[in-house]
Amino acid sequence: MSQLSEAQAKQYWKRNRSLMIRLMLIWFVVSFGCGILWVDTLNLIQIGGYKLGFWFAQQGSIFVFIGLIFYYVVAMARLDREFGVEED
Amino acid sequence: MELATITYIVVGLSFAVYIVIAIAARAGSTQEFYVAGGGIHPVANGMATAADWMSAASFISMAGLIGISYNGYGGSVFLMGWTGGYVILAMLLAPYLRKYGKFTVPEFIGDRYYSDTARVVAVICLILCSVTYVIGQMKGIGVAFSRFLETDYETGLYTGMIIVFFYAVLGGMKGITYTQIAQYVVLILAYTVPAIFISFQLTGNPVPQLGLGSTLVGSDTFLLDKLDRVLLETGFKEYTTSVRLSTLNMFAYTASLMIGTAGLPHVIIRFFTVPKVRDARKSAGYALVFIAILYTTAPAVAAMARLNIMQTIEPKPGQHVLIEERPQWFKNWEQTGLLAIQDKNGDGRLQYVADPQRNELVKLDNDILVLANPEIAQLPNWIIALVAAGGLAAALSTAAGLLLAISSAISHDLLKSTFYPSISEQMELNASRGAMAVAVLGAGYLGLNPPGFAAGTVALAFGLAAASIFPALMMGIFSTRVTREGAISGMVIGLGVTLFYVFQHKGVMFVAEWRFLPSLGRNWFFGIEPNAFGCIGAVVNFIIALSVSHLTSAPPERVRRLVQEIRIPAGTLTAPTQH
Repeated sequence: MSQLSEAQAKQYWKRNRSLMIRLMLIWFVVSFGCGILWVDTLNLIQIGGYKLGFWFAQQGSIFVFIGLIFYYVVAMARLDREFGVEED
Repeated sequence: MELATITYIVVGLSFAVYIVIAIAARAGSTQEFYVAGGGIHPVANGMATAADWMSAASFISMAGLIGISYNGYGGSVFLMGWTGGYVILAMLLAPYLRKYGKFTVPEFIGDRYYSDTARVVAVICLILCSVTYVIGQMKGIGVAFSRFLETDYETGLYTGMIIVFFYAVLGGMKGITYTQIAQYVVLILAYTVPAIFISFQLTGNPVPQLGLGSTLVGSDTFLLDKLDRVLLETGFKEYTTSVRLSTLNMFAYTASLMIGTAGLPHVIIRFFTVPKVRDARKSAGYALVFIAILYTTAPAVAAMARLNIMQTIEPKPGQHVLIEERPQWFKNWEQTGLLAIQDKNGDGRLQYVADPQRNELVKLDNDILVLANPEIAQLPNWIIALVAAGGLAAALSTAAGLLLAISSAISHDLLKSTFYPSISEQMELNASRGAMAVAVLGAGYLGLNPPGFAAGTVALAFGLAAASIFPALMMGIFSTRVTREGAISGMVIGLGVTLFYVFQHKGVMFVAEWRFLPSLGRNWFFGIEPNAFGCIGAVVNFIIALSVSHLTSAPPERVRRLVQEIRIPAGTLTAPTQH
């Protein structure tokens, strides 16, 4: 294992995990939440020709998914640098 | 020029490209054969992953599934399910498996769970998922050929097999990667070009994602409102709100497809081909961008083509089209059996309504929405030819990825790691080529003699991957405490309950007469349908694995070290992985 001490490695993993949990929460909210569980309520709101709940289920959630992954890429690159564990 | 001639030229050109790539990208080592040398750029891998992922079903059937079978909103389970899995992959699996840095999924499971038994169980799960999946692709190849090139099904299948055989056996992952990139370009053009035309014709907006939310040309009615109204008038449910069975069922269906996506070995191994951990994260993002181009277009195609069909049949309320005067594309597709009409009330006009007693459009196949789209929109012949090449590209690219997952599990995990550890690299490379050849022939055989279960199999693959492989991988990374006994019993029981539920509904091996326990009723588990059951299997897997691990002695120290090392991007693995 690189130069990290056991305590540092633990800290790195903890930070990574809390980032994941926050992003997976958004992942859950836009798909299972807005697209399925609360769809009827959101459908009362209309944006252009789209009912909002329907839009989340067929378009919006997918766009958010992409955003989440790229945010994770950037945030992890920062975390890797901070701990000095980026590859070459 | 005749449509058939143009189609032959376009499809022939695309095949020529694949063959040239195959010759240029021959594999010289096992590393090249299994993981394309590990040097693929993340954007290139994203594109290859997208082609690997989007199958004949995504390309040909999905829009119809959404627009016809699931009547709109209900079809959202496919859109969210088949994209949301990439978030799971990008964060929970791909970076750590890339850091682990070997060739196959069972190899990780065998090392992490310090057990040959675990590896062999993983190989069995992998083969079950991938074989059920590849049968659907082989059928897709045969069907695409027979519809567009007017060959018979068998000729189409043989041609497809020869092409796959050529680049998969020669080039392994290396050949497959570069052909998949070319195939992605073909399939995405073929999907989006007709969609842009249709969106523009109906709404004046050339971007289908925006067109779906726009008003119809020459009126201030929104497209979706119009579709809702037309469907209600003909006795169907409203397009934008009709739920698939129940909210809980939609929840479970979406979850199963997401988890299944993240657990499918042919997708996971694509992330072994990039140089670094951070490339694996990025690559999942690019893959989803490339996939989303098709997946956000599909719901637009679904709604627009459905509306087009409804309006072709009933141009003005109460005024149904004369059967004599139905459009030419209607007649063309009747010949293929995808459409069928029957003038039940003898008025010489065609009525398409929800009530099966009065409905005269007696057959409306899901595939028609994509396949007939260019003709419905009266697009030029070269676009129809392009759709043919696109459908074939989607089927070929997915088939090749699956075949590689199967053959590397056999040559690497069974032969090299389990039974004959002493074979040389050259022998293993030859063995992997041999295994690939056998896999292609086997898949072709199953495609020619589709067992009764061919239709239901792709959905089953997701359920099996969700219930067996995904939990084992996730716990392997996120817990140091899960033991080999826990993982093995979790995989076996997770797989078992999922197969039990599916077979109980649909019959053992999908033979309808072999259904059992009918007294339980349909969808007896909280109204969840068999295709949505994978997430329940996954939950069972997690519970069993964690409980059994609690009761068995902790994994050895070297495994704990392995887990800690794969969590950190830098550094090489020091934990001994052979046992």
